[in-house]
Amino acid sequence: MDIRSQFPILNQQVHGKRLVYLDSAATALKPISVVEAERAYELEYCANIHRGVHYLSEKATLAYEQVRTQAQKFLNARSEREIIFTPGTTAGINLVAYSYGRKFLKSGDEIWISSLEHHSNIVPWQILCQEIGCVLKVIPLGHSGELEFCKNSKLLAFTYASNALGIFNPVEDWIKQAKAHNMTVLIDAAQAAPHIKLDVQALDCDFLVFSGHKIYGPTGTGILYGKEALLNSMPPYQTGGDMIEQVTFEKTTYAKLPAKFEAGTPNISGVIGLGAAIDFLGGLPAIASAKAGEVSSAKQRLLEVPGIRLFGDTENKLPIFSFLLGNIHPHDISSIIDQEGVAVRAGHLCTQPLLKLLGVPALVRASLGAYNTSEDIDALVSALFKVKQVFRC
Amino acid sequence: MLEDLYQELILDHNQHPHHYGELPGYTHTAHGHNPLCGDELDLYLVIENNHIKDIRFIGEGCAISKASASIMTDELVGKTLEEATEIFEDFHSLLTEEGSQGLKLQKAGVFSGVREFPIRVKCATLAWHTFSEAKSSCICTAAV
Repeated sequence: MDIRSQFPILNQQVHGKRLVYLDSAATALKPISVVEAERAYELEYCANIHRGVHYLSEKATLAYEQVRTQAQKFLNARSEREIIFTPGTTAGINLVAYSYGRKFLKSGDEIWISSLEHHSNIVPWQILCQEIGCVLKVIPLGHSGELEFCKNSKLLAFTYASNALGIFNPVEDWIKQAKAHNMTVLIDAAQAAPHIKLDVQALDCDFLVFSGHKIYGPTGTGILYGKEALLNSMPPYQTGGDMIEQVTFEKTTYAKLPAKFEAGTPNISGVIGLGAAIDFLGGLPAIASAKAGEVSSAKQRLLEVPGIRLFGDTENKLPIFSFLLGNIHPHDISSIIDQEGVAVRAGHLCTQPLLKLLGVPALVRASLGAYNTSEDIDALVSALFKVKQVFRC
Repeated sequence: MLEDLYQELILDHNQHPHHYGELPGYTHTAHGHNPLCGDELDLYLVIENNHIKDIRFIGEGCAISKASASIMTDELVGKTLEEATEIFEDFHSLLTEEGSQGLKLQKAGVFSGVREFPIRVKCATLAWHTFSEAKSSCICTAAV
């Protein structure tokens, strides 16, 4: 199939130049099928779910719940009850921090994260630590081998791959070590989900979270996977409609999984769009080997720009390229190449602690999606030469 | 136009900023921060008898924010606080109001091109807002 033709947004000029979208790690563009799926719900069978006993409501409920089955298969979860729809990765982590954290963690317990974390996998734990007296431990950058877990180490929450650098954490090894200490493990798969085949049973993680919009789906959608027994033992996070079994003015009993964690009318059109996105992802040509070649050739092309400094410079990584050029500030680079039609991210990439460790205040990040071609990398490279020209270096 | 944004004078000030460094014996100071891009700036002032006797800054940031800080220090040094406020207001309208001429500005008029890049206005005004905050900071009553 021709991938680019499914993204009509690409058929436009920006500042008189062909649009070159290299910011998929921030959000991926949406294929027609995703937008059409959302549109069909809104225009043809819009109704609330799980409550109406009328035709439209049944149709909407079915469409919504079918996506849960898709997500279960996508992650190889044991049961659909282990799939909770969320507004995104951040919401998923917050749910676990509030519900699991406040029930199972206590003063003196250790929560471990890696140095690569996005702010969304730092701040919820910091707040939890402040509230209940847990201790936040950070695995040093580039650490390999034995982790210093002890009997107080209770939770390991880390990203599968860095949103800033594209490099991987040693996922399997760390999960194994955490399990040997009876720790609970949460994986942030926001960046991995669009590129890596995820299998929660093989990983044996307790929680895994990702966002719909990074896998070509709508913003405001996401998945929290949790092991069924664990989710059953956790109290509800948000409460109200849809998550109840029976309510009296004196007392409420909660619905069973997954409804227990889906209070209120959810993002129905978004979830239905997410289903189309999972289908789209499944239809992409088989990934791993193509990706390796893509990373290596893009890297070679970028290194042709004199003065470029790549960060996270390895070939075994996601197609995310962060760099500096001479001593030109990333914001200047981004402004100038935007005039050439090239969209990248510049700044702290929501990873201020990581950038501090790297000793840089900001980076430029070019990240690839399914629709990018080698011409896009060529366009980036020539735009970077333009930057050098403007800065006379 | 890109050329209006990255003019020679701006690139020069970015590379060789004026009044850069710490200022011993400063009477006023403020820290400026643009969370969007991570630009940081510390501004130090010596204000005596309502005059800006000396001014220096230290900061990390893009060419626009750094050059703007440098050119601002040139504009403000030696001025009274009232004059400085007028210059600040003139600079601000130059960046945000169509047709504004920036007549009170010596060199800072070079930033008129930023108006075409709304997302960069914050870069160009960071130092100026930091100045605004610093002059009312009044941290050291006992002048050193």
